[in-house]
Order: sequence, then C-alpha cells, then structure tokens
Amino acid sequence: MEPLIIADKSFQSRLFMGTGKFGSPAQMRDAVLASGTELVTVALKRVDRETDTDALLSHLCHPHIHLLPNTSGARTAKEAVFAAQLAREALETHWIKLEIHPDPRYLLPDPVETLKATEELVRLGFVVLPYIHADPVLCKRLEDAGTAAVMPLGAPIGSNKGLRTFDFLEIILAQSKVPVIIDAGIGAPSDAAKAMEMGADAVLVNTAIAAAGDPVRMATACRLATEAGRMAYEAKLAKQNNRANASSPLTAFLHEQF
Amino acid sequence: MNNFKEVFNRYAWAEVQASISTKTTADVETALHADHRSLEDFKALLSPAAIPYLEEMAHISQQLTQKRFGHTIQLFAPMYLSNECNNICTYCGFSFDHKIKRKTLSAAEILQETNEIKRHGFEHILLVTGEANATVHVDYLLQALQILRPQFSNISIEVQPLEEEEYKTLHAAGVHSVLVYQETYHPEVYKEYHTKGKKTNFHYRLHTPDRIGAAGIHKIGLGVLLGLVDWRTDSFFCALHLDYLQKHYWQTKYSVSFPRIRPAEGADQARHPVSDAELVQLICAYRLWNQELEISISTRETEKFRDQILSLGATTLSAGSKTNPGGYSVDPETLEQFEISDERSPAQVAAAIGAKGYEAVWKDWDRFY
Repeated sequence: MEPLIIADKSFQSRLFMGTGKFGSPAQMRDAVLASGTELVTVALKRVDRETDTDALLSHLCHPHIHLLPNTSGARTAKEAVFAAQLAREALETHWIKLEIHPDPRYLLPDPVETLKATEELVRLGFVVLPYIHADPVLCKRLEDAGTAAVMPLGAPIGSNKGLRTFDFLEIILAQSKVPVIIDAGIGAPSDAAKAMEMGADAVLVNTAIAAAGDPVRMATACRLATEAGRMAYEAKLAKQNNRANASSPLTAFLHEQF
Repeated sequence: MNNFKEVFNRYAWAEVQASISTKTTADVETALHADHRSLEDFKALLSPAAIPYLEEMAHISQQLTQKRFGHTIQLFAPMYLSNECNNICTYCGFSFDHKIKRKTLSAAEILQETNEIKRHGFEHILLVTGEANATVHVDYLLQALQILRPQFSNISIEVQPLEEEEYKTLHAAGVHSVLVYQETYHPEVYKEYHTKGKKTNFHYRLHTPDRIGAAGIHKIGLGVLLGLVDWRTDSFFCALHLDYLQKHYWQTKYSVSFPRIRPAEGADQARHPVSDAELVQLICAYRLWNQELEISISTRETEKFRDQILSLGATTLSAGSKTNPGGYSVDPETLEQFEISDERSPAQVAAAIGAKGYEAVWKDWDRFY
C-alpha cells in the first residue's frame, strides 16, 4: 500500500493512536504495539516535564513510534502556542496536534482560535495537525495558513458514535490538498474501515481501543480494519447502484437505422 | 450579572421532595433507558423507587464513566492552611466556639508541608482554610500561591466565598479550581446549622459559583453535606445548580463531592445519616444524569468503600489526607477537621487503584495553562 507522507515523514501505518484512558501504561504500550501505529498523540498536560522518568513516555520508547504532543487543555490560541513551545522542548519534536477546546463538556474545537494558532505555529516552524470540526471552509483556510494536515471529527471526542459528519467529510476529502486524518468519534473498527474506504488518509483512534473490553485485541482489530479500508480505497470500490440496468434502453432508437 | 436565585426560587422544597418520593417504577425505567437524561430522570434515579434498580444503575454508571474518563483515577492531596474560623457550624471541628488550638501556616511551614506532600508524588493539591478574613485573606492566599505554584501542576482551593474580582486575582495567580459547598439548599435548615459568622448568609454562599464562573476559573466543585437533611431533595437542588451553571459558564468544568458527616471533636452527629447503599445510588444517579461530571471521593470514606466506588463512577480520590494545618509534617498533633476513615498511604491507595485495573493519574494539568 502507498505510504502516507506528512511534512517530512513517511508512514506505513495509517492508524494513529491516542494514549489516554488506558488502565495502565503497560496496557497502553501493548495496545500501541498491537495497532502497528507509528504516530501516537500524548497530552502535554499528562507529561511530567521535570523528570525523564515519565511513565507514559517511557512506555512509548520504540524506534518506529513517533510522538505527537497535543495541546489538550488550551482554551485559546495563546495558550496553545505556549503549550506547543513547551512540548517542543520537552518531547523534542516540532510536530504538534493542535487542540483548542474551550468547552470542557463536549470538547468541541474552537475554529477561530485554531486558525489563529495555526498561523502562528506555522510561522514558528511547527508541523501543525489541527483538530477541527468537519468544516470544509475551515480546512481550506487552514491549508492557506500552511497546515501540514487537517484532523476533522467524525463525532464528538469519546462518543464512539462513528462518522456522523459523513457528508462534510466527503466534501473535505474531495477538495483537500493536505492529508485528512479523521479524528474523534471512531467507535469501532468498521468506522475506521469506512473512513479509509471513503478516502481518508489516516484515522486517529483512542477511546474505541482504550475503553474496549480487551484493548490489545481491539487495537489489532483497528489495525486490520484500517488496512482493509485503505486497500479497498486503492483497489477502487465498485460503484453502488440502486437501480437495475434497464433492459430496454429508452434512447436505443437513436442508434437504429431507419 | 447572572444569578442562580431566579432558577432556585422557582422550586419549593416540599414540592420537590413530594415529586421525588412519588416517582414510580415506570419513571425509573424511562430514566434508565433514556439516551439523554433530564433533571426529572435524575429525580427518578434518586428516588426510593430506584432502589431495586441499583445493580443496573451501577453497571450503566461504570460504562459511562469508563467511556468518558477511561480506566483512570485522578489523585490529589488536601493541604490545610489554617483552622482559624469565625463561623459557628455545628457539625464542624473548626467551629468558632470550639476551644481548640488555632493555627495558620507560615510561608516556611507551607514549604515544609509541600515537601512532604510532593515526596509522595502529588502534582494536584487542594488548599483548605476556614473563614478568618482578618488573617486568612486574599493576600495570604496569594502569598501561599507564590510558594505553591512552582511546586504543583494543579491547584484547587476550598476557602471562604469571595468576590468575583478576588477570584480573578486568584485565577491569575494559579488557581485552577474552586470548591464551594452549599452544605444544604434548605434555607431554614441552613440557618439551624450555621449560627454565627459570614457563613450565616445563605444567599451570598448560593451565588458564589456565579462569581467563580464569571471570573473564568477552570473548574467549580459543588456538593451538599450529607447528613444535615433529606439527601434526596438536597441533591436535586445541587444538580439543579450544576445544570444552571453548565448553561451559563460553558467554558467551566464541574465536579461534585459527597461528604458524609464524620465524627469531629465537639461537633454534632448526622441527624439524617446516609447509608452506603444510598450513597452508591446517589453517585450512580449523578453519573447517569451527567456523563462529564467529575466525581470526587475523599478519605472520609472507608478503604473498602473507596476501593469499590472507584470503578462505579468516581473520577477523583484524595489520598493520605491530613485535615489539620501542618498535619503532614509541621505539627501532626493539631486537631483535625474531621476523622479520616481511609488511612492508607498515597502509594497504598495507588496500588489499590492499580489492582482494580485502573491507572492512578498524578498529573493531568500543567501550571502554564
């Protein structure tokens, strides 16, 4: 399958993972390894920046796994930019998953602050992956601002409701010049497969794996589903057709010899 | 300015009480199977009619909590800065009329306590005081914050009600959350328990969360003191308050605590005790009604109870708590606010959390936010 290119990195796996909500760092590590992911996001607020023995980070030390710090907790562009700078220092990466959700209840992203922060972070040399609503116009504005990818939501974070924003994701996928990673809402492997079949460049999954009865097996299931969905996309799905082909075409007479 | 009073005044205690006590099995089943649960559903889940459904409620509560918060429990430690208090609250060990040794920690003592608390791994701390405005005022708190902010990732306070501007000042100085418990939403009963001091003003306290919300504080913690009056009706009013606040201060997080009256030196016992089963029902009812609410369980509760409830809906536990100023290191012998039931060390509590398949989270915030 085609590798996914974002900025200067190439990924074999199109499944990205979150690291929250697991029952232990060891369980998180096992799920991450089972998923085959090469990019995992870590909330800066969970990381102990003052020691180098952070439990979360020490369980993610594998050469094929890249860390994608996120700004979860930021309510404004200013806070997010500051968080990104701290993350760059603490995790030694200039990649940042931009999350600005001033609403702690549904954790919905603030489009205005996200655009402002993207402009500033790009200027500061970051590779920016912003978490956003499935808003096609915002995606184009972020492209103009120099975003490395866009991460529209399928449904609210942690809701496991699937691709509720389907129609808008289709528009985003049809017109995006940067990779589109569907983030939030993917509640089952079938949702991941569906997202990949429709042409998403990658999916990000956390709650569906972490809150599953057996997170490690669910991580494997998500890996397989993501691969299957991507393969189906590359193989070009047969078109759906709601009607049978008419046996007596209405315009056949045009070709008849009179 | 917004004010909860307008909403509060639309409800009469006796009517709410009657409405809860006459909820039926059918009401409970409707509430159990609803996708989105209203305050009427919350009443049904609180009601005596829901008692036979406790096991089912616990299962739903566990699922909803795991979906939102994962298999994690946030840990924090309280630091009592002072036991000076000008209020008489008949259930409290720090009540003004108790002839106990009063103490307010100095800067050096705060640092000494900090070192002891940090030694156990805590990054989240709750600062507690009584109400002694002449000595434990906003300037005192600001001085304490200057010492504590570089040491902890997340600082909450549980102090006397303040003005909006004062909350703004404290927010800028590093306060993340403010806890202010109404104790009871029954105005007359409130008067019986709070007989002297600024705390006698029921309405000033009732409007405090509005001032906290308007000041932009990240999280507000509410609660009623269980044991003062009918817990079902009181808890409905607390949920009503949360419901109102969530609509008005949408950028704020909310937490709820369930302090049951504990024995304290010279203080009243609970007149309306709440059983373990009733407390579980209350916690599950809150979770079913509100999936995002943080639910905090203190060391007032027993080790056995805490180990069970941590997987049924709780999100936050205190551990190794001392409820006397200087209790960790400076002056362990001063009188405590209430007796602790779970006396395990923070490491033992974290191990118990791990044994249940949960991760004890010590840090989930960063002081720069």
